Amino acid sequence: MNSKTMVYILKRIGLAVLTVWVVITVTFFIMHAVPGGPFMGEKAISAAAQASLEAKYGLDKPLMQQYFTYLRDVVTRFDFGPSLKQRGRMVIDIISDGMKTSAKLGVIAALVAAAIGIVLDAVAALRRNKLIDKFIMVLTTAFVSMPSFIMGSLLLVLFAIRLAVLPANGAAQNGLILPIVTLALYPMAYITRLTRSSMLDVLGQDYIRTAKAKGVSGVKIIFGHALKNSLIPVITYFGPMLAYIVTGSLVVEQIFAVPGIGRAFVSSITNRDYPMVMGTTIVLAVLIVVMNLISDIMYKIVDPRINLE
Amino acid sequence: MSKKFSMHVDVDAFLPATDEEKEYMVQMRPSSTFFKDGVKRLLKNHIATLSLIIIVLITLSSIFIPMIWPYSYDSMLGVRPGKPVDASYNNLAPFTYGKTELKRIDNGESVFPHVFGTDSSGRDYFIRVVYGTRISLAVGFFASIIVLVIGLTVGSIAGYCGGRVDLIIMRIVDIIYSLPDMLMVILLASVLKVTLGPALEGTALEKIGSNIISLFIVFGVLYWVSMSRLIRGQILSLREQEYVLASRAAGARGGWVIRKHLLPNCISVVIISTALQIPSAIFTESYLSFLGLGVNAPMPSLGSLASDSLNGLTSYPYRLVIPAVVISLIVLSLNLFGDGLRDAFDPKLRT
Repeated sequence: MNSKTMVYILKRIGLAVLTVWVVITVTFFIMHAVPGGPFMGEKAISAAAQASLEAKYGLDKPLMQQYFTYLRDVVTRFDFGPSLKQRGRMVIDIISDGMKTSAKLGVIAALVAAAIGIVLDAVAALRRNKLIDKFIMVLTTAFVSMPSFIMGSLLLVLFAIRLAVLPANGAAQNGLILPIVTLALYPMAYITRLTRSSMLDVLGQDYIRTAKAKGVSGVKIIFGHALKNSLIPVITYFGPMLAYIVTGSLVVEQIFAVPGIGRAFVSSITNRDYPMVMGTTIVLAVLIVVMNLISDIMYKIVDPRINLE
Repeated sequence: MSKKFSMHVDVDAFLPATDEEKEYMVQMRPSSTFFKDGVKRLLKNHIATLSLIIIVLITLSSIFIPMIWPYSYDSMLGVRPGKPVDASYNNLAPFTYGKTELKRIDNGESVFPHVFGTDSSGRDYFIRVVYGTRISLAVGFFASIIVLVIGLTVGSIAGYCGGRVDLIIMRIVDIIYSLPDMLMVILLASVLKVTLGPALEGTALEKIGSNIISLFIVFGVLYWVSMSRLIRGQILSLREQEYVLASRAAGARGGWVIRKHLLPNCISVVIISTALQIPSAIFTESYLSFLGLGVNAPMPSLGSLASDSLNGLTSYPYRLVIPAVVISLIVLSLNLFGDGLRDAFDPKLRT
């Protein structure tokens, strides 16, 4: 690793830290700009009760003081304060509870997407311009044009209602299969398209021609020589893929009633549980920013020729 | 050298041209402009042409069908003033009729069919889908225009001014670019939904609805960054061209150079990325509608129709399938058309 790469990595980390700070700040001030405060909409409470509630949650202090307290708590202790609607629970506990299910869902979906996407790409490259290649391209084009909530609802109708082979409820046995498929289809199609174009690029290189001239078989060329190099762009997709899975899981968990962080986030928005909204936004945002950071740095290390500036 | 060098002028070279030679110089076809070339390439691309036809058909029908359709998107057919609600109009299957309509048919009157049936409140579903398509297309189009205007302005200023201005603008762009956009969109939309409603009361904007306005604000705040990056890159390379130097030497000011020389030269990039922005805006709108942060009820959008259909999914799956198919068709054809546009007008952009 030369010093230029080092400088790039340091700059990139700086940007990530700045981004996280912006997310926390923006989230804080947006949520505090809502008129009426977090206790509006509940049954009428007396002024004294309102005042004591505000004192309890520190809402009577000046806004800037609240901000610095919040920032300090979040950065040093991952403390997002107590939830307003689920009395007696801390936001971070709700998040880590939901995260267990959501992480399982997301990680499996990502692995499935990567594995099948790469296989499909290899098959398409091996049978280039044949029927199966065209079929794969049409299918993946259709998948990338379909919003996740529509995909999820259609799968739900088909497999859980019409055929009744899989449960519609995400909390049931095998309940995560449909949500995983829903989340995996888009990244899978995207990876196939991404690697297909880089695969075509790699197949035009001299060393592939040499291998062909030596009489190496097509399968061996694809899997032994071309695939590894055509996968480099996939590294850059790790960050966006995570972002997609996170936002996708918001609706997918809603559709299949998966008890994960996405559903908790959406219901906290409808319930106006502000500390919960802030906490979840910040946690998910940090996750995405860190993943983007990792994939950018890995890309730079794997292929130092690439200039990302 | 076969010919011997001579100082004598070759008289043959100055003879008038014969008719045959003149024929050779005649232009065989009219000269083609950049735009004509692009259109020709675009029309050769069958997939892009087909997508364009589909988009035009969907757009035209979403504009004109509501004008001639006998039902409106928000009238509940079972509700008549002064009478109890006629529940027979709710949840009609396609091509079936409510009680009073059946009576009228028995009397020999003709009643316009409910092609897709009605929804749970007795509203004609076909016109709701058409209207939802209109809303989704309009939101996608105007959101892209907003992104275009902001991105174009900021990007060209950053690219042309360079130096410290460029540095500051680009750092801001970097940060907004690395924000997780969807999370921020949800956050902004959920807060704007609460705050904008009272603020808009009584103004002309109230009719559009606070949610759509907040959607536009969200797009204006977050999505201009990639457009401005693109424009800036173009301007940076264009402003080093000799004709810009010549114009400046002749005393042209910054705004003039940007408007007259730089922007026209990156117009194809601008059009292409705007075209590709529309489907992503439609995507975002439908996503937000699905989460209940989209258009205000009773106005439908394709996302909110899909979302509403989840309640009666077991009995009426077609209510989900119809908007799902329409939205996928729109996004798919817009994407394919955008790709075709890119290939036809700017092969360099191809990735």
